[in-house]
Amino acid sequence: MTQLFLEQALNGLQFGLMLFLLAAGLTLVFGIMDCINLAHGSLYMVGAYFVAAAAQAADSFWLGLGAGIAGTAVLGLLLELSLFRQLYRRDHLAQVLATFALILIANETVRLIWGPAPLLLNPPEALAGPVEIAGFFYPAYRLVIIAFGLAVAGLLYLLVAKSRVGMWVRAGASNREMTEALGINVRGLFTAVFVFGAALCALAGGLLGPLLAVQVGMGESVLILAFVVIIIGGIGSIRGALVGALIVGTVDTLGRALLPTLLRALLPADAAATLGPALASILIYLLMAGILFFKPQGLFPARA
Amino acid sequence: MPTRLTVLAAALMLAGSVHAADKVKVGFVSTLSGPGAGLGVDIRDGFNLAVKQLNGKLGGLPAEILIADDQQSPDVAKQATDKLLKRDKVDFMTGVVFSNIMLAVGPAVFQNQTFYISANAGPSQYAGEQCNPFFFNVAWQNDNLHEAVGKVVQDKGFKNVMIVTPNYPGGKDAVSGFKRFYKGQTEEMYTKLGQLDYAAELAQIRAAKPDALFFFLPGGMGINFVKQFVASGLSQQTQLFAPGFSADEDVIKAVGAPMMGMFNSSHWAHDMENAENKRFVAEFEKEYKRLPSLYASQGYDAALMMDAAVRDVKGNLGDKKALQKALEAKRFKSVRGDFKFNSNHYPVQNYYLRAIGKDAQGRVTNKTMGTIFTNHADAYVAQCKMK
Repeated sequence: MTQLFLEQALNGLQFGLMLFLLAAGLTLVFGIMDCINLAHGSLYMVGAYFVAAAAQAADSFWLGLGAGIAGTAVLGLLLELSLFRQLYRRDHLAQVLATFALILIANETVRLIWGPAPLLLNPPEALAGPVEIAGFFYPAYRLVIIAFGLAVAGLLYLLVAKSRVGMWVRAGASNREMTEALGINVRGLFTAVFVFGAALCALAGGLLGPLLAVQVGMGESVLILAFVVIIIGGIGSIRGALVGALIVGTVDTLGRALLPTLLRALLPADAAATLGPALASILIYLLMAGILFFKPQGLFPARA
Repeated sequence: MPTRLTVLAAALMLAGSVHAADKVKVGFVSTLSGPGAGLGVDIRDGFNLAVKQLNGKLGGLPAEILIADDQQSPDVAKQATDKLLKRDKVDFMTGVVFSNIMLAVGPAVFQNQTFYISANAGPSQYAGEQCNPFFFNVAWQNDNLHEAVGKVVQDKGFKNVMIVTPNYPGGKDAVSGFKRFYKGQTEEMYTKLGQLDYAAELAQIRAAKPDALFFFLPGGMGINFVKQFVASGLSQQTQLFAPGFSADEDVIKAVGAPMMGMFNSSHWAHDMENAENKRFVAEFEKEYKRLPSLYASQGYDAALMMDAAVRDVKGNLGDKKALQKALEAKRFKSVRGDFKFNSNHYPVQNYYLRAIGKDAQGRVTNKTMGTIFTNHADAYVAQCKMK
């Protein structure tokens, strides 16, 4: 029982931390630049493709991961300079339309370059098996993902809460005009934040690639969850994104694991199996509705 | 005057029905993108190889193959099928991989009186009460491969088996097929169709401690499941069993050596010793630089089946009754060896046990171990009242 509980808790943590990598970039772009970026999921997809392609070419997962992140950051920079810069001052509808178009363009471009079948990305040989800690087994690769997630969360905390740049970012998030009036290069700050968000997308895509599948459209499903995370956490708040991501990750994993077992005690197996996952996926949205009812700005609103 | 007109019209109609077609059009709607793409691609490549060997002809008539991707979505498949039926007026349809998609496109095809030669999906519905003169399955009924594994697991004396399968018609058929021949204790776990992360399920399997695990997860689902199963360390305590769908070249190519020692069932294997199969495997390898999977063999057989039937009716594709008879007669030589069609248009055939290991060239691949069932029919044929 402890093994089951601990394993599911780690699974929830792993899923939550990966959501956090995506939500962190999204919440900063949304919170600071007031720009809805639906193409954030496409950066995640393109990042995963870059990592997979580079890993195949270099025959090394870690080299591929590094090259993929760098490539996605460059792509993010180009996108920001050419397109997003024009979008910040537009209303949300224009942003939604433009970034939705980006999703379609990205999906078709990836299909043209790499074809419709998913790419294969294998974890490094040494991490393909389980680790055993006093009779407790857990996949080594998932532990590495958790370590990466925790490291990025820590780094972001230091960056946002302790550094001067972080102070600018927080100032920009709570009051853009005032920050500009203080003589801070908000334009450069925006570019840096956007590029950083793109790099985090590629990190998440590259790390999840071996667990899931590197395929066209992989960004869309995860994008919805990332939006749920930043809405629960409070738009513009890194701390909110972390807490929101961990809540969503844990609720989703535990719901998926426990609900069918609970329902199986009450219903026939296939009815329980249909109802269980459905209820588990609704659970996240119920949770979001509940949190928004009591805290309409999310758990940690940036503009408090 | 009216009598003369009627006679003329009747003569014209008669002429229309005996007039042979000048070409054969085949509508091929399959899953060619996303995690299930490997299956559709193999069926397509097998089908195309057969048409190529027949010099681009089916039954002596030039063949036109119209290929569409269903993106593993019933809606997309329905749209593509409607277009092929109404606008392109195809003579045959084939290609669908997944049973939920087959059930979605079936009614439109049958209503249009077009023959569907399924090279994969074999839902229980179309084998039993909803059987249809216009539906043929050249591969198997969904339950069959699972029945064969159930028999093996029962005979090997396993007592406590966990079943993992996606929650869709093919998954339900898998569970009923397996349990028809395995009588011990089971626990069933249904996952979402297309699910890729199995961490939560694997944790539950570890807690339940089954002595064997039977999983039916076609395409990318199976690739991810086996990889994560190995990564979790569960392979040390649990014996894996699967139908051939989850243990063929597409999965082996992706997972590799960790698959070794896994038992699975199939109606076909690439090492079968008959002349047709030897030619098929050799030319498939030459053409596509990989070993064929059972899906490829099924696509290949579907083309041969159309070829034989078109030749039988001498290209007169308008006479549906004669074409149905010709298809039922099964005058082609299948790569699986001999089989025949049952009254519900599903095969009666042998099923074999395969195990994954290294072959003489050091490749990880399937090896045939023995016969599980001889001339095995599906369980639904009694419910079929074929018109």
